[in-house]
Amino acid sequence: MADLETFRSETRAWLEANCPPEMREPVRDDEDVYWGGRNATFKNDAQKAWFEACLARGYTVPAWPKEYGGAGLSPAEAKVLREEMGRINARPPLSSFGIWMLGPALLQFGTEGQKQRFLNEIARGEIRWCQGYSEPGSGSDLVSLQTYGEDKGDHWVVNGQKIWTSYADQADWIFCLVRTDKANKYHGITFMLFDMASAGVSTKPILLISGNSPFCETFFDNVEVPKSYGEDVPAYVGEINRGWDVAKYLLGHEREMISGAGGGDRTAAIGAMMKRHAAKLGDELDPVLRAELAMFDVDALAYTAMGEKFLDEIKVGKAHPAQPNMMKYVGTELNKRRHELMMATGGSRSLEWESEDTGGGKPARNWLRTKANSIEGGTSEVMLNVISKRILDLPGA
Amino acid sequence: MPLYHDDDQAMLADTASSFMAEEGNIAKQLRHWRDRNCKDGFGHGLWKQMAEMGFTGMLVDEADGGLGMGHVEAGIVLEEIGRNLTPSPFLTSSVLAATALKHGSDDVKGRYLPGLIAGDSVFAVAIDETAKHRPQRIATRAEKSGNGFRLTGSKSFVIQGASADMIVVAARTSGSDEDAEGITLFAVPKDAAGMSHDAVRLVDSSMATHTRFDGVELDGDAVIGEIDGGRAVLDAMLLAGRVGAAAEGVGVARGAMDMTVDYLKQRKQFGRLIGEFQALQHRASHLYSEVEIARAVTIKAQQLLDAGSEQADLMASVAKAKVAKAARLAVQEGVQMHGGIGMTDEYDIGLYMKRDRALAEFLGDAYFHANRVAELSGY
Repeated sequence: MADLETFRSETRAWLEANCPPEMREPVRDDEDVYWGGRNATFKNDAQKAWFEACLARGYTVPAWPKEYGGAGLSPAEAKVLREEMGRINARPPLSSFGIWMLGPALLQFGTEGQKQRFLNEIARGEIRWCQGYSEPGSGSDLVSLQTYGEDKGDHWVVNGQKIWTSYADQADWIFCLVRTDKANKYHGITFMLFDMASAGVSTKPILLISGNSPFCETFFDNVEVPKSYGEDVPAYVGEINRGWDVAKYLLGHEREMISGAGGGDRTAAIGAMMKRHAAKLGDELDPVLRAELAMFDVDALAYTAMGEKFLDEIKVGKAHPAQPNMMKYVGTELNKRRHELMMATGGSRSLEWESEDTGGGKPARNWLRTKANSIEGGTSEVMLNVISKRILDLPGA
Repeated sequence: MPLYHDDDQAMLADTASSFMAEEGNIAKQLRHWRDRNCKDGFGHGLWKQMAEMGFTGMLVDEADGGLGMGHVEAGIVLEEIGRNLTPSPFLTSSVLAATALKHGSDDVKGRYLPGLIAGDSVFAVAIDETAKHRPQRIATRAEKSGNGFRLTGSKSFVIQGASADMIVVAARTSGSDEDAEGITLFAVPKDAAGMSHDAVRLVDSSMATHTRFDGVELDGDAVIGEIDGGRAVLDAMLLAGRVGAAAEGVGVARGAMDMTVDYLKQRKQFGRLIGEFQALQHRASHLYSEVEIARAVTIKAQQLLDAGSEQADLMASVAKAKVAKAARLAVQEGVQMHGGIGMTDEYDIGLYMKRDRALAEFLGDAYFHANRVAELSGY
């Protein structure tokens, strides 16, 4: 414990010295996020300085081992760092699907060669990854996916289409579920890694109801994927035809991520903020709206405690393995409710789609964006199915 | 501090769980006393056994002969009480009154704590004066009289008031009814002249009283804490009681949920177990989520209270409100999913619904505490 307190005071001092004031503001939109990648540019000097300071200390991926670009922090130390960053509202220095998704998969299933290469690239923000999971005909029923890799000896030829590929148009590489055995549903999928610059890969952004296009359709037209990128660096994670194991493991991570179990302010209490917001608009909270905000805050603060308990239990292996499904279900439903209440508080101002006062329609666009929360990464209904089966052990679930 | 039970607490939970399941179960306690129309609504034998287990004085300081444990530990016992719907004076005596007595003089402590620890005494608390929990308004008056006070007024929803050996009464010694200050707490013995009870049986078969004080003469040494400075003691007592009631509510919710999920795995209709129907699976899974979250925030509130954190007050209201909502959902879904049998007295699920109703009302319902969360948050 004494060591941990020393670590806390050192971390606090380091953050004080290295986290620029501009990086202590809440992330307002995607432009405030640094994603890294071949074509990455920093929004400003503060973002660059903060990234570089963290990079030098292994704090882009603090819990990863040092040899793979991390800081090798213990779970307890990582929690302290998270808490101290949260205390000053420090933004993440680097965000990426490499950190959240591929990294954990490689740490679990990767070869030493894959870890050396890909994890270090991710930690340094050199390669921006995207995730190729869903297909037009395979949403909730993901395992029915049809994108096919034909075995050509030392390589595959991949044909098919992915959808809802986040930022595919800006990504450098893709981790992609590809069918390699048409006769075997669960044991016929390979978790492939390949360059989005490969011949035959094309992307098309999808315009959403929010007016934004964070997702793409991604097309593969005779894309050649080599089976290996060098000694001990296969182009697939885990075994050939056993990619579903990796995907299932990763879905757990995705659910944790979307549920916001790692903290953050998405689900924190909002009533006081809404009162100030109403005052700024020259109004006050309708009594029934205030009551709904109070009920929301009860749920949000209770959920925050659940998130803390969940993370504490994960660290010591006490959490039920299916608990991320519950966190994802409740967290996303809460976030939708939160934005409904924010829209109600803003009244007609929150309807504005392009005005400067709303930063180009942020309230409305963010509200619409949240509607995907309970669809992406497993719908609420799928989450409830999983809870029924794996936690409650209900028959036939 | 991690938000789960440490080894000692896990051991206590095992002990409390098997003890309450064995001795405090519905057949042995709730139904037994209810069906005999017991005027106490609980069994003194079990209270004595709880003393032997070390439960009755668990929150009492070691210096005063107790175990000096915290609210996490008390919550562990309360969750098992809730799960078994065990009628007992634990919440009012060992949590609320014991918290008030921490502020008492050595004389007051010496008069009452040994009986509590031994399981020989039962205490009640008299706070509410109207049908809803409004602790900010205290109209019962205690006026200076000789070396002591004369108590006049009335209280309601005094749980086990007629069975209590002593009642902790919040009364006004100065100011007007709505004033925050000017409150004093008194330890009123059961035989005090001028105190009368109108005992009522509540929906959950527990006993409460409307209690009148018609010029009850009290010695100065009946005062708990400071004269006119009782608000702090009252607040401490309410805080402990709310966190405790939340823990008991978690037990009620979990008991009802477990019973219901078991039923889904046994009952057949249309040639299938009803638990196979997705319409019920999703509702059960939603219920599970809400109950888990209610339990998490309750443990959070217990830990904050034990750590003396300023956040404890807010989190206690969050917990009380969240548990009230989750437990209400648990008992309603419980009765509905049991179908017709859930409406029968013979089956236990309805007893959970009744207990939830009474427990949620005690020390403020979900509306009261959600409003309090808003006020404490500044809106």
